[in-house]
Amino acid sequence: MTDTGDLPRGRLIPRDRAAHPVARDVDYKTSVGRSPDWPLLSMESTASEETGPRFGHSMIGPRDNNLIENYPGDGLAIGERIRVFGRVLDENARPVPHTLVEIWQANAGGRYRHVKDGYFAPLDPNFGGCGRTLTDAEGRYEFMTIRPGAYPWPNRGNDWRPMHIHFSLFGSGFGQRLISQMYFQGDPLIDLCPIAATVKDRSQLDRLVASLEMSAARPMDYLAYRFDIVLRGHRQTMFENKPEGM
Amino acid sequence: MTMRETPSQTAGPYVHIGCLPEHAGLARFYDAQVGASPIATGAKGAEITITGTIIDGMGGLMRDAMIETWQADAAGLFPGEPGADPAVSGFARMACDADSGAFTLKTIKPGATGGGAPHISVWIVARGINIGLQTRIYFEDEVNGSDPLLSRIDPPQRAGTLIARNAGPGAYRFDIRLRGDGETVFLDL
Ligand SMILES: [Fe+3]
Repeated sequence: MTDTGDLPRGRLIPRDRAAHPVARDVDYKTSVGRSPDWPLLSMESTASEETGPRFGHSMIGPRDNNLIENYPGDGLAIGERIRVFGRVLDENARPVPHTLVEIWQANAGGRYRHVKDGYFAPLDPNFGGCGRTLTDAEGRYEFMTIRPGAYPWPNRGNDWRPMHIHFSLFGSGFGQRLISQMYFQGDPLIDLCPIAATVKDRSQLDRLVASLEMSAARPMDYLAYRFDIVLRGHRQTMFENKPEGM
Repeated sequence: MTMRETPSQTAGPYVHIGCLPEHAGLARFYDAQVGASPIATGAKGAEITITGTIIDGMGGLMRDAMIETWQADAAGLFPGEPGADPAVSGFARMACDADSGAFTLKTIKPGATGGGAPHISVWIVARGINIGLQTRIYFEDEVNGSDPLLSRIDPPQRAGTLIARNAGPGAYRFDIRLRGDGETVFLDL
């Protein structure tokens, strides 16, 4: 744990539900039985949502953000080497510093290293598929990994997930907690995917598509994809340092 | 506000790889697991264990869900607040058991916070959940009558879905129903 420093506090901006996927979508069949019938109970945030866990650098290992090398073994992961980088900001466009970013993904053949994944693409003996890091003071993060493969999944007759990396974000308050997925620019499977299509606002879905950034690539080594993430922000008041009406 | 929040996507069936690698079968992947316990040795307050299951709209156990919890210390102070108990990190992350579907939270009972009755915040993700579901655990043996959140629940009898039941000394039961009969109240805070 580290101290809270000068992180923003105060009421969270109410969540814009239209920015998010619908909870229930018949084309993503599992969502039908796993979405509430009743409306959510909306209320102003309280200290329970405005505070949240802090994670210190001491818990992060030096290779935790390098999925090419972080699985116990001698060799490097198989696949197209990529760097994934970006910034974590809040809705007020402020950087979210020192926040935990966790990712997980399939290997280059589209297979997860998970007891429940039985897809017949082979496991890569040198790839685990998870990584984590903390953003820096300006909210920047980066991972080295391999481009994950697309994979089929049981839903409609022939559904495939586009290439994607799962992301988990914290922010400074538990009410900012977010899990999402990063897609890759130009992947034709994005437009066929019922999970991507749960986001009904196309401009919002486009924000999940990481862009190829040749200026951040390293010749003869790796390509680079930029994925910027925006978390909920705190409502700004005229007197930002003063606690609001308790 | 100048930017919109990045949209959520389901955590999927393999969330454990990224968040609880040992549960996914990746033994000892990281040196320290995030959210392994919300308390350290010496945490002040009453030690409690909360056990439950998550049931979907068809009555099935959600064995693949991941739950996170966040809470104050026994005095009602959150980690990072002046005077908060240094032995309380407040954050826990757990998987439902792949066979029984049960989750278990071992912690200390939180104190009342800023006008609210003692409670633990809960966040649930899984395959089929497109945006994480927020709820709260309150306690049957606390004074809940004036809690501002519980008081807003309409119809009021649904408030019972947020109250953990006594199940022996230091033990509570809290089952979560995603949809249908006895549906848990989910929050948008
Ligand atoms: Fe996936």
